[in-house]
Amino acid sequence: CGATCLHAPWQRCWNEEGVPVSEDTQQQIIRETFHLVSKRDENVCNFLEGGLLIGGSDNKLIYRHYATLYFVFCVDSSESELGILDLIQVFVETLDKCFENVCELDLIFHVDKVHNILAEMVMGGMVLETNMNEIVTQIDAQNKLEKSEAGLAGAPARAVSAVKNMNLPEIPRNINIGDISIKVPNLPTFK
Amino acid sequence: MSDVVERTLSALPALLGPQHPAAGPGRLPATSRLGSLIRSITALTSKHEEEKLIQQEIASLKAMVSAPTTTLRLMKECMVRLIYCEMLGYESSFGYIHAIKLAQQGNLLEKRVGTLGYDLQSTNLVEVCMALTVVSQIFPREMIPAVLPLIEDKLQHSKEIIRRKAVQALYKFYLIAPNQVQHIHDKFRKALCDRDVGVMAASLHIYLEMIKENSSGYKDLTESFVMILKQVVGGKLPIDFNYHSVPAPWLQIQLLRILGLLGKDDPRTSELMYDVLDESLRRAEINHNITYAILFECVQTIYTIHPKSELLEKAAKCIGKFVLSPKINLKYLGLKALTCVIQQDPNLALQHQMTIIECLDHPDPIIKKETLEILYRITNGQNVTVIVQKMYAPDNGWFIQTMNAVFSVGGDALHPDIPNNFLRLLAEGFDDRKEDEQLRTYAVRSYLTLLEEENTFYPQKFLQVMIWVLGEYSSLATDVDPEIILTRLHSLLKKTFVTSDTKAWIMAAVTKIASRTSCSKTIDKLIKEFSSSLDTCMRQHAFELKHLCEDKVLMKNLLPFDASCNDVVVDASLSFLDGFVVEGLSHGAAPYKPHHQRQEEKLSQEKALNFEPYGLSFASSVSSSGITGRQSPTGLSFGSDTSGNSAETGHKETNTLKLEGIRKLWGKEGYLPKKESKAGKPDEPQAASCGNLLAGRVTDPSASQSDQVSSFSEEEKEKQQLASTLFVGLGSNAGVSLMGKMDVATQKFKRKSKINETQNSEEASDIQNSDASTFGPLLDTVPVNKEDCEGNKHTRLRKPSLCSSDTVEDNLAFETPQSLKKPGLNDRLSDSRLSPLSLFADSNIEIFQPSSSALCESANKTSSVPSLPKELEELPHSEVVELCQSDALALYLCKVWKDDSLLLALFASNKKGSALNAVNLVFEKAEHFQILESPAHQFSVIEAQSVEHCQKYVWMDKICTQGILPGSISYQSEMESCLEFSVTLSLLDFIRPMEMTTEDFGKLWLSLSNDVKQNIKMLPSQDSLSAALSTLQQKLKLHIVDIIGNEGILACQLLPSVPCLLHCRTYSGMLALWFRSPCSALPDGLLYQCQKVMEES
Repeated sequence: CGATCLHAPWQRCWNEEGVPVSEDTQQQIIRETFHLVSKRDENVCNFLEGGLLIGGSDNKLIYRHYATLYFVFCVDSSESELGILDLIQVFVETLDKCFENVCELDLIFHVDKVHNILAEMVMGGMVLETNMNEIVTQIDAQNKLEKSEAGLAGAPARAVSAVKNMNLPEIPRNINIGDISIKVPNLPTFK
Repeated sequence: MSDVVERTLSALPALLGPQHPAAGPGRLPATSRLGSLIRSITALTSKHEEEKLIQQEIASLKAMVSAPTTTLRLMKECMVRLIYCEMLGYESSFGYIHAIKLAQQGNLLEKRVGTLGYDLQSTNLVEVCMALTVVSQIFPREMIPAVLPLIEDKLQHSKEIIRRKAVQALYKFYLIAPNQVQHIHDKFRKALCDRDVGVMAASLHIYLEMIKENSSGYKDLTESFVMILKQVVGGKLPIDFNYHSVPAPWLQIQLLRILGLLGKDDPRTSELMYDVLDESLRRAEINHNITYAILFECVQTIYTIHPKSELLEKAAKCIGKFVLSPKINLKYLGLKALTCVIQQDPNLALQHQMTIIECLDHPDPIIKKETLEILYRITNGQNVTVIVQKMYAPDNGWFIQTMNAVFSVGGDALHPDIPNNFLRLLAEGFDDRKEDEQLRTYAVRSYLTLLEEENTFYPQKFLQVMIWVLGEYSSLATDVDPEIILTRLHSLLKKTFVTSDTKAWIMAAVTKIASRTSCSKTIDKLIKEFSSSLDTCMRQHAFELKHLCEDKVLMKNLLPFDASCNDVVVDASLSFLDGFVVEGLSHGAAPYKPHHQRQEEKLSQEKALNFEPYGLSFASSVSSSGITGRQSPTGLSFGSDTSGNSAETGHKETNTLKLEGIRKLWGKEGYLPKKESKAGKPDEPQAASCGNLLAGRVTDPSASQSDQVSSFSEEEKEKQQLASTLFVGLGSNAGVSLMGKMDVATQKFKRKSKINETQNSEEASDIQNSDASTFGPLLDTVPVNKEDCEGNKHTRLRKPSLCSSDTVEDNLAFETPQSLKKPGLNDRLSDSRLSPLSLFADSNIEIFQPSSSALCESANKTSSVPSLPKELEELPHSEVVELCQSDALALYLCKVWKDDSLLLALFASNKKGSALNAVNLVFEKAEHFQILESPAHQFSVIEAQSVEHCQKYVWMDKICTQGILPGSISYQSEMESCLEFSVTLSLLDFIRPMEMTTEDFGKLWLSLSNDVKQNIKMLPSQDSLSAALSTLQQKLKLHIVDIIGNEGILACQLLPSVPCLLHCRTYSGMLALWFRSPCSALPDGLLYQCQKVMEES
């Protein structure tokens, strides 16, 4: 079944230089990471050394596996591994609170929201807030603002929903963002 | 860039939506085009087709969006399609700028950054928050000055969340451009003292970064950080900050890191934080993931700052908790902590050695890697070989490149096994076919680039490796024209630095490539060129190639692709040549003589020329080789071999005759009984030592575990053994000193001796008995004794020549003129004429010499023969023999056969009534031997009538059956005097048993390339295989690995670590010996010794 690999803080490789990494490299990183993480057993540790793509052996991948989802953080040596593991837990719990019983479709169709939540927790590649209640309060406030303005942050969500509802006969169940291409498999008829 | 896409996405619905609120997307031309695009894509069957379609689509879109006539509406439609392409993962960045333009035209959105100014000044809290978040997400350096004052203002904001985000934004700026925020450093301090914990925590990021760069500038803040940590640990924070009832764990981690940086190499600052660290350690006791995170940080900090023993103890205990944890994440962190602290505290590695060994084979590669990292850090001179064996290559590219470096640097000095094994690895591959091909293709490409460089010199062995790989696998690199490879090889053939050996490799490779290509100009050219070559070898290759090219089918059958590992049935005995041999012999051709026989003959000729009558060793070896034969299934070639030796038999008989004559002269009661009893004697302690060594290996140096030895299973024993080899030289008690190691050795011995007590006592009584029988008759016959002494002196004089004649040289160059020039030989010649009696003594040098000197001594002054120090006494050793003496000083020697080296214990005894000063012992540089450490030793003073001793460790550098180590000892009494002496060392002094399993034996056997085979006749006394093997085990210190039916395998090693494997088979009264070793001279030398002992026993 499809699995989603959420790429969290590439912000690091991205921010330190002040320039974003190219789209190609990002794709490659995500693909490689997914490949690395998905073939790991259950009884191995949650840390993993990434290849050269994520900046060599100084950088580490820390992941947690929830059902079909992998949450992968890429950190450098200045982070505490166990700390990040718990941060992922906090992140997922927060997602659960914000989306009320979060599932992978929530993450796919509300990438913006997910990013907002993450931005509250990790800012500029640094852990900023780990207090769940505080995060939820902030997010709620933002949502209110969005609704009132229906601009800015609301726009991408609507773009997605516009594309999503383009009279497609059925919404495909398995969307593989493992290699980020949302390819619609085997549409039988299209009217 | 995703930001741009996001922006575009956000713009589109706004553009599409409001203008056509009622229109269904299906009816719009824009989406219908998109629809048809999607439909055609889903109808496709392959990725390739999809690519093609999308490329077309993108090309047409590109033209459309750049055209000035394109209407807004059309543009929108293009954007939708473009987004879809982008979503499929195709490059469509050209559209971004149009997307942004479009978005601005719509007037609904401005670029986020553009609006920041407004947002930051907004009164709406949430808006400010979001603006600050954006600032810290992605922000161009050039825009910092524009927003910096706004953000600085926000530091004074009444709402804590705003202050916090402002600090975070400043941190971002600090990372991007530290210079631009320099002037607000005191504002950071204010943030640190903020009444809100969140703001303070955010400021810690900045401090961590700044302290990392310059810790000395922030020492004054240490107390503040300590205070904060104390409060956090003490639970003074609001309950909101608790995570799983741990107060602000991430904050604690941050603070601990800062403290670590501040306290590093600074005792005074470290002093301030000891208390709080202790407190953190104590508090972090709840069994939760996050507390372990804190503990880990604590441990790291404790080991980073100036050490305090109490804390270190606690931290070490903590590391133990991690390492021994069943949770894999914690175990990983434990190993990581070990890696950090191992150099400070090697004892910790000793404590956890078994865990480390287990983790070495852990299925999780990251754990394995961390373990290797630990091993890498504890590498020292003594365990480097074992550790390097555990390492592995991270990927194919690395492996090939490293091997390239090894080949080009090591060049032709490399051991031949290295390129051989490398090629074997390439050819045999792993289980994964795809991986193999990748590796091979990578190798092919890398070699092609290397060969591309003109005029670069590569060592022959490296060239051969490259050529073989190109020949075998060049077809894997499908994009490379075989013609190019052939041209490369062809041009190599013409290079002057390429030896004829390498040229043969090239021709083989060309032939292989030729079998896979239809026709090639280069091959034709090559055939033409070399068909008339003066080099017969090349000419033959060229003709072979020519004929093969004419019959492609045969060629393909002959040279199948990737078949280098398939077994080729080879008639090793070359029986098909028997007819040819018989014919040759019948025409009067000289029979074939194997290498050893020729060499021995050479020796014998030399002796004949020198009128050298002695040489028992030679005679014995000849007599054994007289019945040697190549192992062959057909009787024919065996017969021819025997007949080949017949020419020599006459020669041998003359020798035997002479010897027998001498024997008779001595008579039975005088010498022979002594010889027999003595012959057995030196071997007994050796045999005992074998047992001890074997038993000693499995035990562990750390005493705590020794008690459990008996209860360990086989597997555990193996691990223990590995541990003891890996962790040798670690810890404070063991040190690197050899003395430390010696303690270990004695310990082993003691333990063993308890088990073998009865056996040892038996041996001891044996020795006593034999001693008695030895001394008895000899003391009666005084004249004999005198002769003995004389003989001993001659022995000494003659040793140099002995060395030259006994040496089995590594290469075949056996230079008689040189050895003639040696002064020793002249002495020997004159000596041999003067005293024929002493010759006999010489031929039995090993057996005879020690006893004679010992006897001389015992006759003169029994009291002054020194004895070994206690710790050496228990190791297997030879008797103490005198090396030289004058009126003032006598020098004695005792060989101690240690596990890892030959130890020469030298005793200088002062015979005078006054002290000797500046006694200087120096070994000269010997061709065959290497003295580890310094070859000289100085005794500053030796008191009257006392003995001083020194120890020298020796390895054999170049293999010879026997050689001498010359030296001299000078001293100051009334005048400066100098005595010369020499020590005779035999190959057997450096042979130790090598323990291994049958499986390992098999592996090693296949990897070794130097073969020596010989058949020797077994005496009736040892007609069973086991009897023969136990003779070899006892006398040559070989380890019997396994005996299966009439075959046996044995292993030994030449110190320090050159293995030699022996495969024995018995058939019809013959013992077929087959040696293999990475060193070509070692099997020869051992074979010679084997023949000797089998003859003697």
